[in-house]
Amino acid sequence: MNRKKIWGSVGYYFLTTLIAVIVMIPFFWMISTSLKSKGALMAMPIQWIPKEPTTKAYSQVFTMFPFLKAAGNSLFITFTYTLITVISASMAAFAFTKIKFPFSEKLFKVYLASMMIPTQVTLIPLFIIMNKLQLINKYPSVILPSLFRVFGIFLLVQNMRSLPDDFIEAAKIDGANLFRIYRKVILPLCMPTIATLCITTFMDCWNDYLWPLLMLTDKNKMTLTLALNSLNGQYGTAYNVLMAGSLLSMIPIILVYIIAQTQSKKGSIEGGVKG
Amino acid sequence: MKNKGKKKREALGAVPFMLPSFLGMIVFSLLPIVVSIIMSFTDWDGLEKLNLNTLVSHFVGLDNYAQILGGKEFWAVLGHTCYYIVLYIPLVFIASLAIATLLNKARRGVSVFRVMYYIPVLTSWVAASLIWKWVLSPQYGILNQLLAVIGITGPNWLTSEVWAMPAIVLASVWKDMGFFGLFLLSGLQSIDKTFYEAAKVDGAGRIRTFFQITIPLLTPSIFFCLVMALINAFQLFPQVMIMTEGGPNGATQVMVERIYTYGFSYFRMGYAAAFSWLLFIIIFALTSVQLKLQKGWVHYES
Repeated sequence: MNRKKIWGSVGYYFLTTLIAVIVMIPFFWMISTSLKSKGALMAMPIQWIPKEPTTKAYSQVFTMFPFLKAAGNSLFITFTYTLITVISASMAAFAFTKIKFPFSEKLFKVYLASMMIPTQVTLIPLFIIMNKLQLINKYPSVILPSLFRVFGIFLLVQNMRSLPDDFIEAAKIDGANLFRIYRKVILPLCMPTIATLCITTFMDCWNDYLWPLLMLTDKNKMTLTLALNSLNGQYGTAYNVLMAGSLLSMIPIILVYIIAQTQSKKGSIEGGVKG
Repeated sequence: MKNKGKKKREALGAVPFMLPSFLGMIVFSLLPIVVSIIMSFTDWDGLEKLNLNTLVSHFVGLDNYAQILGGKEFWAVLGHTCYYIVLYIPLVFIASLAIATLLNKARRGVSVFRVMYYIPVLTSWVAASLIWKWVLSPQYGILNQLLAVIGITGPNWLTSEVWAMPAIVLASVWKDMGFFGLFLLSGLQSIDKTFYEAAKVDGAGRIRTFFQITIPLLTPSIFFCLVMALINAFQLFPQVMIMTEGGPNGATQVMVERIYTYGFSYFRMGYAAAFSWLLFIIIFALTSVQLKLQKGWVHYES
């Protein structure tokens, strides 16, 4: 290895580590704070690593707020939201790409155009509609908008367009109806795109703030982000508790991400072998 | 005749597949949009029962729009957003380009850095805002402690009219750079390797290759990031809501925060609706201008 290469490595790892440190310092501070007692929060000079680490803040999270319930709510809402998004979007994409019906292109344009309208525009009327439907403080108020996720429809339309129609003709000759073709032929072929859609939808829904904030005001219905928000409102200075709550709220989504990463790597290798 | 019947049957087959998204579109998009337009021409307060009669009796024409555009607040809010954009865009661009370039090298440990850089993206804005609020605490926060080490007395970040917006920018760059970084990375990875081989043959140095090959070929991705970043900038909300609530003294008030406050704190629904349509017009105009201008600087491989 020559000198230039060694200096290249040093420079490379210096820069990557520098960015990693900048990214991780706030998280380090979160974890450190979550292990402090209330008194140690304001100790001077500040303690980078808590002198007397305690997990009291973690148990406080659960006594100050129905945090476990919130975690359950988040999981339930996010799973159903993601599921409905995938079903509704893939069905629409199937109809747009593989079934001929009048005005299909015009309707697709209308769908796409609706993406340009910022969600804030529909916020107030949607609030009123939900109120009229008496859905406020009920899970469907945050789940049902998943029926119309244009991003997902668009993503799957792009994917399904690239699938040759021969598959469908063959299935039709075999006597399969449209629903069977959708389930047994098209969906399996779109799995990689569906996986991508699942992850992005899961993340969006898990971390969503404004809409759930308006819809779910009952403590027992709140999601994790709302639980944190509410803790912040009530115990705004108890940073050890807030940081413990923040860490707990992050764990599921990070797990999902890491699992998805490893699965997708596996999938691409398997796909390569089969192909 | 037979053919026509067959076509009709096929079209009917589309109905069950279209139904969920179509119903969703009507209830969650089309209807609210229509109501929002009508509402923006009224001074409806959100309390009186909403029906056509109420809306007609509260009709005020273009008053809401005139009041917003004629007042100082709208322009101040727009100014705050522009201030945010001027600081945020260059910082997030440099940071994410650095991340993309670094992650594009096949070196040991690169996948670990990749996950690390993405953790802020996975974090909810509520958690991220709380973390940053505590990092930025003037006395007990870690940032001012670090600054003290190099002899700088840090400001009272979130309670200072001057420093509150830069603090929000800092948190936003930290949270978003991994997202744009990974997006630009996929752009880098799709650049044809033969371009680099040709550059090597021509004897171009690393820096020249970067600016004359990598950057031009990356412009489609950069363009997409820019469009997204600007749209997001105008929709800035949760970080402001949790870190400053628009304060101190209104220094971090932004569009969506105003819409939320007028609609759900003051119950001036019509006024808030008008505000939201102005937001739409700004985003729409900005995106259209960018689409027009892209011909000048975005290179698409053909």
